[in-house]
Amino acid sequence: MKALGIILAGGNNNRMQELTSRRAISAMPIGGSYRCIDFALSNMSNSHIHTVAVLTQYNARSLNEHLSSSKWWDFGRKQGGLYTFTPTVTAANSYWYRGTADAMYQNLDFLKRRHEPYVIITSGDCVYKGDYNQLLDYHIAKKADITVVCKDMPAGTDVSRYGVVRMNEDFRIIEFEEKPMIASSNTVSTGIYIIRRRQLIEMLERCADEERHDFVTDILIRYKNLKRIYGYKMESYWSNIASVESYYQTNMDFLKPEVRKFFFRDEPKIATKVDDLPPAKYNVGSDVRNSLVASGCIINSKVENSILFKKVFVGKNCVIKNSIILNDVYIGDNTHIENCIVESRNTLRANTYYCGDNGVKVIREDVDRYTVM
Amino acid sequence: MIRKEMIAMLLAGGQGSRLGVLTANVAKPAVAFGGKYRIIDFPLSNCINSGIDTVGVLIQYQPLRLNTHIGIGIPWDLDRNHGGVTILSPYEKSDSSEWYTGTANAIYQNLSYMDSYNPEYVLILSGDHIYKMDYEVMLDFHKENNADVTIAAMPVPMEEASRFGIVITDEDRRIMEFEEKPENPRSNLASMGIYIFSWPVLREALIAMKDQSNCDFGMHIIPYCHEKQQRMFAYEYNGYWKDVGTLGSYWEANMELVDLIPEFNLYEEYWKIYTKTDNVEPQYLSADAVIEKSIIGEGTEVYGEVHNSVIGAGVIIGKGTVVRDSIIMKDTVLGDNCIVDKAIIAEGCEIGDSVEIGIGEEVPSKLSEKIYCFGLATIGENSYIPAKVKIGKNTAISGVTEASDYPEGILAGGEYIIKAGDSK
Repeated sequence: MKALGIILAGGNNNRMQELTSRRAISAMPIGGSYRCIDFALSNMSNSHIHTVAVLTQYNARSLNEHLSSSKWWDFGRKQGGLYTFTPTVTAANSYWYRGTADAMYQNLDFLKRRHEPYVIITSGDCVYKGDYNQLLDYHIAKKADITVVCKDMPAGTDVSRYGVVRMNEDFRIIEFEEKPMIASSNTVSTGIYIIRRRQLIEMLERCADEERHDFVTDILIRYKNLKRIYGYKMESYWSNIASVESYYQTNMDFLKPEVRKFFFRDEPKIATKVDDLPPAKYNVGSDVRNSLVASGCIINSKVENSILFKKVFVGKNCVIKNSIILNDVYIGDNTHIENCIVESRNTLRANTYYCGDNGVKVIREDVDRYTVM
Repeated sequence: MIRKEMIAMLLAGGQGSRLGVLTANVAKPAVAFGGKYRIIDFPLSNCINSGIDTVGVLIQYQPLRLNTHIGIGIPWDLDRNHGGVTILSPYEKSDSSEWYTGTANAIYQNLSYMDSYNPEYVLILSGDHIYKMDYEVMLDFHKENNADVTIAAMPVPMEEASRFGIVITDEDRRIMEFEEKPENPRSNLASMGIYIFSWPVLREALIAMKDQSNCDFGMHIIPYCHEKQQRMFAYEYNGYWKDVGTLGSYWEANMELVDLIPEFNLYEEYWKIYTKTDNVEPQYLSADAVIEKSIIGEGTEVYGEVHNSVIGAGVIIGKGTVVRDSIIMKDTVLGDNCIVDKAIIAEGCEIGDSVEIGIGEEVPSKLSEKIYCFGLATIGENSYIPAKVKIGKNTAISGVTEASDYPEGILAGGEYIIKAGDSK
């Protein structure tokens, strides 16, 4: 494809509470087997984009570990490849990434040296599946300078945490408000953009000259009457992880048959790092209903409407309900867990009771685990 | 180039004809095992876990599945700049061309592969056993004894000893005598078909025996080395080792995995088994699913009941369907309201609604009494079974079958339907 990819994966959101105290949002486990960034990476790879830069900053250890080999997404190529760019101190600059535009500006050399005519910009904290080739065709057909992928949210959704757009009948964006208190439409920007590479370089340089750092407010909103900025409506599933609630809901969406079919059965598939875990094991006493279970799990009791990520051990006589258990959690016997998200690598003692009474509760116990080797 | 201390030669060319329709289109080492693995994953993982990074895999029978599975060795970290995994198939030579006619003949035909590494030791493995073994410990034993040949051997019940190659050793584990399938065994130490040779010794023996027809390790090379009074030792192994050569032993070995703490434990951290992973998504169990004493692979969807079974990846088990004591491999789809009892269903099959498998009494198989026994119904890969038919025990099915293939909708015990050459 005639484009290179940039994945913005540096951000944090304090509404994620302690879930992002150990990892970036882009590294959040999703849908039983995946990490959030797998969706953007797989979309790039499935659209035949060969060169992808991931810009990271916040709490990147877990993310970097996940990206330590690019082979899972088929980026281990002579032509192109997967690049991870964290802020570095240079003679000209000693700042962190001060915004999305600044993050790209600090890697301007990378953009300048590539030869692909277009750039796809996306963020690492969205769950979706799409073919960027269609987006490029649309972008060219509309003779657009920038195309913004938009999504109509269901009526009644609180869109105040999104960028809200309004388009004319030709889909040109005539209004763009960032996180408005009162929104004028329910069409939101998904944070996926396509733009000509030279155009992007020019805009980023100008922004930097004016000490502006944000791609949305300082480029999209400022340029919207000057440049031809178009909206492209995405019809398929899209979700943005920005809070504990949206994280919980996005995971629970995978229990719906249409979402499962879309991501798990329909081609192309989402790729992720392979962990070489054995198949899940169900012992006597297991009673698992309407749940997703990843490989490496061993289950001895009742699990309902829940998602068990990789390598979860559930002891005897437990009840796990409406909960998300992240990777490598050990749950002792007779434990009750309801409406909870259990942090990864946790050890929950036997005979304990956890219940999120007013919304989802995040559990993080720091109990040492003794393993017999 | 750094010289390799030991390289492995993995014999994976056999058909495994006693697995019946399971190996009609794939070599035995490529047969699925344990819900996500293939049999060859075990020796390959043992190699990399033992620090052996150069493995020649000898293939001959139906190599496509093996080739695609192994590729350049990425899942086992055997993609190396120097060494790594190499697929060795029979090839035409300027003055002759022959298939691999025996285990040692196959190795002999790849003398130049081994010469190119010129290792100190060569490990000979076969690709059809389920076990975990640290070959490095065996090599230490070989070196300690200043041995020329070390044979891994395990104690077997005396009454079964006559089925194996038996070694008779002195108190230092030096092999005094070697008997292939003796009538009256004098020891119960059975050869496991795993050998470490000092490379010059192996090279000399292979060349000396090159004109032996069907040259085999157990039959020819080992007796030759014995005759030449080489220092031969038996390395005793007491862990789990299973030859899954028959449908019965294959089924049993799979069923053992669902025990509460299986003797062969796949969940141990320190000796991982690697495999090529095609499915990564989690499995889904519906609101009506009942599941107990089973292991299930990635991406499988269960809408019915599964008891005491091993289910592969990407399988769909329809609503109201009950699966018991069975092995169901990758990407097979079971319709609604089926009953599956003690069956082996290979990869990519499609079973219609309301099919009953494993009904009635055990009747000896008309196709082959030796292969299709144990009361199992065996269905080969990419088979199709139409809705509402009933299938008895000791049966074999392969290919796309139609309702008219089942007289009165029943395939009685011991019967078979083998449709050649077609797939779903």
